[in-house]
Amino acid sequence: MTATRQAIEAVFREEHGLVLAGLIRYTGDFQLAEDALQDACVAALASWETSIPRNPAAWLTTAARRKAIDRVRRDRNLDSKYEAIGYMGSTALEPDEQVEVVEDDRLRLIFTCCHPAIGQEASVALTLRTVGGLSTPEIARAFLVSEATMAQRLVRVKRKIKTAGIPYRVPEPDELADRLPAVLAVIYLVFNEGYAASAGETHLRTPLTDEAIRLGTILDHLLPDQPEVIGLVSLMELHDARAATRVDAHGVPVLLPDQDRTKWDHDRIEAAVNRLDRAVALNSPGSYQIQAAIAALHAKAPDAEATDWPQIADLYRSLERFTDSKVVRLNHAVAVAMTGDRSGALAMIHAIDGLAGYPYLHAARAALLRDESRIDEAREAYEQAIGLTSGEPERVFLERKLEELGRQ
Amino acid sequence: MQYAALIYTAEAMDPAPGTPEGDEIFQRYWKFTQDITESGVNKGGEALHPSTAATTLRFRDGSLQVTDGPFAETKEQLGGFYLLEARDLDHAIEVASQIPAVETGCVELRPVWDFNAQ
Repeated sequence: MTATRQAIEAVFREEHGLVLAGLIRYTGDFQLAEDALQDACVAALASWETSIPRNPAAWLTTAARRKAIDRVRRDRNLDSKYEAIGYMGSTALEPDEQVEVVEDDRLRLIFTCCHPAIGQEASVALTLRTVGGLSTPEIARAFLVSEATMAQRLVRVKRKIKTAGIPYRVPEPDELADRLPAVLAVIYLVFNEGYAASAGETHLRTPLTDEAIRLGTILDHLLPDQPEVIGLVSLMELHDARAATRVDAHGVPVLLPDQDRTKWDHDRIEAAVNRLDRAVALNSPGSYQIQAAIAALHAKAPDAEATDWPQIADLYRSLERFTDSKVVRLNHAVAVAMTGDRSGALAMIHAIDGLAGYPYLHAARAALLRDESRIDEAREAYEQAIGLTSGEPERVFLERKLEELGRQ
Repeated sequence: MQYAALIYTAEAMDPAPGTPEGDEIFQRYWKFTQDITESGVNKGGEALHPSTAATTLRFRDGSLQVTDGPFAETKEQLGGFYLLEARDLDHAIEVASQIPAVETGCVELRPVWDFNAQ
């Protein structure tokens, strides 16, 4: 690929969400907008060879609008053709006119992609495709499904948006509390998908973790001063700044106390903590802010010993008020154990119902039993954890722990 | 566009007509119907007798099979529907969320096929 071609593709990716968002408003049709943008990109490849225009988004928007009109003229039967062109013609173009690109369109697009009437899996795919500008094969690879399956998923969700009449608009301020959580959940899901996969090969130009942080930052820019949006971005930054030390060279997990904290990105941690302070100052706590606060306490501690475990345990207690997640209860118990109350923690774990199939529960229990010198029970718990884990690196890690137990 | 708001409730739990609870539900539906008629959203709808009164037809293997009861024995059954004229799904959700059945059963919104479009 030539340098020019690479530069052009970088511009496509950067401007994709913004341009597409405007086109969807203009055409009123997701598929038509995408097809027209595709056409415009093909045209751009040819005409940008000599130089990339000063405002590529406006260039692409203008070209794509013309392509959309061409497509409508070609594709539709006579009656509805006039109707569609009439709709688009309300913002008719002069030959040399360039179109202004509206940032609000991108916010509309995010809320449409993450509408509660769309399944979360489909929301994730559509958000990455349209707002993030990832290609269908890239999204398919990231979620370990075939290209055909992902393409089908995208077609189905676009059809649902059209037939169900899901509107293309930003919710009113009084609706935000209901609508924002779905958007944040989608972004965090993208992040976690990338985070979980980061030990292996992902074949992505940009990791999903970066993509999620970019989406969160865009949202924060478009919808400023939303404490949970800021909290989520801070949380993702705090995780990502420490991601390099999570696994060793063989991909085997390294526990927090054993991680090399000098390898954490401390500038980034500092920036994320400052960001979180901005959210907390808005005085409306929420689950992402609390999770970010927990991550911040870990990130700022010089080592596991000197970590403020009582405060972390308190934060988990607050978090339990926002979520009925059993994993949160497990983490709460682990934090309590770290304050020194191991038997209290074991009782808390024992009281968690319905998490018996979760390997980390047994691994946590095993470590506590070991520290209590209840070796036989610890061995049994490690064996349970090994039986439940599906990841090879995790299995290696647990078997190592079980072996160490035999030497005690 | 138009949406059918299909109302599903657990019939065994529905208050009987003539009881205070039954009267209250009836009043709420009456009020809801009046509100959506005034706002121009109401394009029709009916309340249905319980599924014990249902008859299900299937033409199979060359003959018509007529069976007693609804098409499927599920906990919640279709009890009635409204036809709503709404701007978009959000508008339809806003209106249909006022149907009393959302509190005890559920309401399914289905866009109505518009054969005149395209």
